Amino acid sequence: MKYILLYIPFLILPFFSSGQLKLFTKTAVISFSSKSPLENIEARNKNVLSVWDVNTGRVEFSLLMREFEFKKALMQEHFNEDYVESDKYPKAFFKGVIDGGNTLSTEADGIYNVTINGTLTLHGVQRQISAPVTITIKNKTVSAKSEFTVALADFNIKIPAIVANNISKQIKVQVYIAEYKPLANR
Amino acid sequence: MKKMTIFLFFFVANYSLNAQDLLDSIQDKNPANEKITGAFKSTRVINAHSIEMLSKGNLDFRIMHRFGFVSDGIKQLFGLDAATMRIGFDYGISDNFTVGIGRSTFRKELDAFVKTRLLQQTKGTKNIPLTIALAAGATVWTEPYAGAAKPDFSDRSAFYFQILAGRKFNSFFSFQLSPIIVHTNMPLSEEDDKTIFALGGGGRIKISKRMAITFDYHHPFGNQNVSFTSPTSIGVDIATGGHVFQLQFSNATGMNERAFITQTTGNFLRGDIRFGFNLSRMFQLGKKSW
Repeated sequence: MKYILLYIPFLILPFFSSGQLKLFTKTAVISFSSKSPLENIEARNKNVLSVWDVNTGRVEFSLLMREFEFKKALMQEHFNEDYVESDKYPKAFFKGVIDGGNTLSTEADGIYNVTINGTLTLHGVQRQISAPVTITIKNKTVSAKSEFTVALADFNIKIPAIVANNISKQIKVQVYIAEYKPLANR
Repeated sequence: MKKMTIFLFFFVANYSLNAQDLLDSIQDKNPANEKITGAFKSTRVINAHSIEMLSKGNLDFRIMHRFGFVSDGIKQLFGLDAATMRIGFDYGISDNFTVGIGRSTFRKELDAFVKTRLLQQTKGTKNIPLTIALAAGATVWTEPYAGAAKPDFSDRSAFYFQILAGRKFNSFFSFQLSPIIVHTNMPLSEEDDKTIFALGGGGRIKISKRMAITFDYHHPFGNQNVSFTSPTSIGVDIATGGHVFQLQFSNATGMNERAFITQTTGNFLRGDIRFGFNLSRMFQLGKKSW
């Protein structure tokens, strides 16, 4: 019986240890744009999930491909049906670590320019990417933004010759998080 | 020792708890409802309306061509010497409401329709297996009349009402049923029924991301001249950006519902087939708000 008492700390401990600060948002915005001689394509997803474990510097993102909104309905249809194949690959993920992220404190106001490295999973393909991130902390409100470029070929997204001049091979991706909120402990 | 094992178990369990995906802590367990789109590449299977709608603000400019019977032989260049066409504009007033107008050279006929989607195939927590849409239209022919007095507007008019019920079974195969009632105020012959009911359907088999094989067929029921047959078409859809090209072989000349349901001649299986194509060009009028 007394052994059971011994286990209790180990049962409870993780709940305290996850008292470590985690921040999250369900409304991160990820947009991408393709500039080409014939047309510009822009799309935006406003329902991106993200969690940032401040103590370890780990950051994760997840989004539904179908929630990208385009200015032209037909582009949106082609994006889902022909290019990223949202039926087969409904989600995209990023899992990475901020360089020196475990030393960041969300208590001190300031603007921090850091680098994040991690794995982007898109169209069923995993690729290592690295991106600069600007984290702004002001009155304990944490916001962040980032911009990077991905090559469609890296993710096995093929552009047929007939629209080669309409779609850029390099896609600029922008990430914006207006506010990371503390995640309640579970 | 056994106690030690239990101890270790908790230790490992705790560790793995922390190593879990961070996202699991905020992700919804229920899959989001997802509307199934793209059962067909175009708002027409070949001749008939498909269950697809135009998105709000989209203008679809459609040019359709039908040539003569391939069985006419080399003297008619296998039908290419004789061409009829329909030029039309369809517009998406909302995502679930499309209107369209057109004019065909065959009998110099004008047509107009409205189409609305009542139910859209959805998967997720809410599971809707079918898309259901209704189409209603009117036609009036304006060609010169050989007889003494040209029939008045009402006598030259016809109306149709169609139910479209279809499903995208998977990314390769879609199928729809499209029963239709066509009422012609003054049929070509007095013995012909004014109201013809037709049962039919259409489908798509995708063969690559941008190409698909399509087919549609309707069987008219009612008293009609025996030379009128069931419109049968088989074709290929080729989608390239804002264009959809539909190439087909069909026995129908008409490209509106009155014409192809009630006035198709030629037996498809005996080689009375025509080459034809539809060309659809999509324009986005006004920007989507985002």
